[in-house]
Amino acid sequence: MNRRQAYETAQRRRSLTVAGISTAAVLAAIILLVPLTPGWPQVRASFFDGGVFAQTFPTLLRAFLIDVMIFAWSVPLILTLGLAIALARGARAPALFPLRIFGAVYVDVFRGVPVVLTIYLIGFGVPGLGLPRPWNSPYIWGTVALVLTYSAYIAEVLRSGIESIHASQRNAAICLGLSERDTMRYVILPQAVRRVVPANMNMLVALQKDVALLSFIGPVEILRQAGIYKSLLANFTPYVVAAVIFLIVTVPATRYADHLLNRDRDARS
Amino acid sequence: MPEAKLSLRSVHKSFGGNHVLRGIDMDVATGEMICLIGASGSGKSTLLRCINQLEPIDDGSVWLDGQDISEPGLDLGPVRRRIGIVFQSYNLFPHMSALENVVLAPRRVLQEDGDALNARAEALFDRFGLAQHMRKYPDQLSGGQQQRVAVIRALAMRPEIMLFDEITAALDPELVGEVLNVLRQLRAEGMTMLLATHEMGFARELADRVCFMDGGVIVEEGPPGQIFSDPKVARTQAFLRTVLR
Repeated sequence: MNRRQAYETAQRRRSLTVAGISTAAVLAAIILLVPLTPGWPQVRASFFDGGVFAQTFPTLLRAFLIDVMIFAWSVPLILTLGLAIALARGARAPALFPLRIFGAVYVDVFRGVPVVLTIYLIGFGVPGLGLPRPWNSPYIWGTVALVLTYSAYIAEVLRSGIESIHASQRNAAICLGLSERDTMRYVILPQAVRRVVPANMNMLVALQKDVALLSFIGPVEILRQAGIYKSLLANFTPYVVAAVIFLIVTVPATRYADHLLNRDRDARS
Repeated sequence: MPEAKLSLRSVHKSFGGNHVLRGIDMDVATGEMICLIGASGSGKSTLLRCINQLEPIDDGSVWLDGQDISEPGLDLGPVRRRIGIVFQSYNLFPHMSALENVVLAPRRVLQEDGDALNARAEALFDRFGLAQHMRKYPDQLSGGQQQRVAVIRALAMRPEIMLFDEITAALDPELVGEVLNVLRQLRAEGMTMLLATHEMGFARELADRVCFMDGGVIVEEGPPGQIFSDPKVARTQAFLRTVLR
């Protein structure tokens, strides 16, 4: 080992030691100090009750499957509508001007209103029209609310991807005699979509969490089920269970999205 | 109506207040190879881009086989597929293999069928010595190979004229030769070609005619022997002194 390598090894060892000590100190402080607070015994009893945890976990996990289901059928609808809105906003032909305006207004409206509000307005408003079963289902109108909001976000991400493709690509395609439509479909879109996959992954993680907001309009999914248990058992531990179940899904998904983002950045530098 | 394969009549083009082309007249006969030389900013690239209407012209006209292709409102698709163009920056589609780059336009525009088209494309790769690279993606190819794929991609549309916009300018010196060889091959096959180039030796060797451009006009034109050895105009003499030394 030469002098430089020896120096770098020593430096690395030193920073690892410092990081380890500071982490241990913070953890020790939390573990030792939090139980000294006057309210800790009550908090532990009502949020971290092991018995309640074990008792409610299986049912909450089953309720979570409803969240997953709503997520699963929302995603293809969101991607399709998002793509349609992105293309509408990029339309150049003067005859399609109304479509462009519609796309812009759509994106402004649904990005500008909080998701919860959209869910309330559509989830309570539309069934209020007195539609017959099954058309008054909160599953349908809750899904509609999520699709409207999230497709607006996805449309913006896709549009930024489309605009990031250099004009020379379009020129090359046009010079080969390709139509505008084929240029978009075969040359621009495939590159644009690839570029925005990581950003869209983050959107989908956010969507998975926001599905729980549908609990406000009826479906007994995980958040509502946890609320039912809370009332039944007079204990907040079911909410902690719900949080843990969400983390089990969202942490790997977020990490994967970050991994894609990093790989993308490395590939371009 | 002009009778040449390709004709330009007092073509003008401005970008904002910048008057780039100030009245270009030119005739290109079938099978002819013309080199445009001149300093950067003299209008060579713009001239090529105005021929296939990538840039609409402001005044004058461009004629292909006696048809005015600068006519406002003309459907440019059918015109552009008859005029191949290759750019300095290759502009291959990075998400497609070399072969997919080449077959896309014939498949979508000429409606050619899969197997016959693939065979034709493979023959083209073979002809320009790239057969072993046709399944690779652009980022796996050298600049010279990418530029040759770009030439093949343009040729696959069976163009009647080829335009080359300084296609060796972005290449490392050792890669220039392989691309120039492709041009020699096309020349030998009788392709009608119009090149903007800084390769003076190449222009001297192969061009039928050399046009020296400066300030948006063709200052002097003639056979390469005359332009390079005995330029008549002072501006041509000054330019050649700086580039030939």
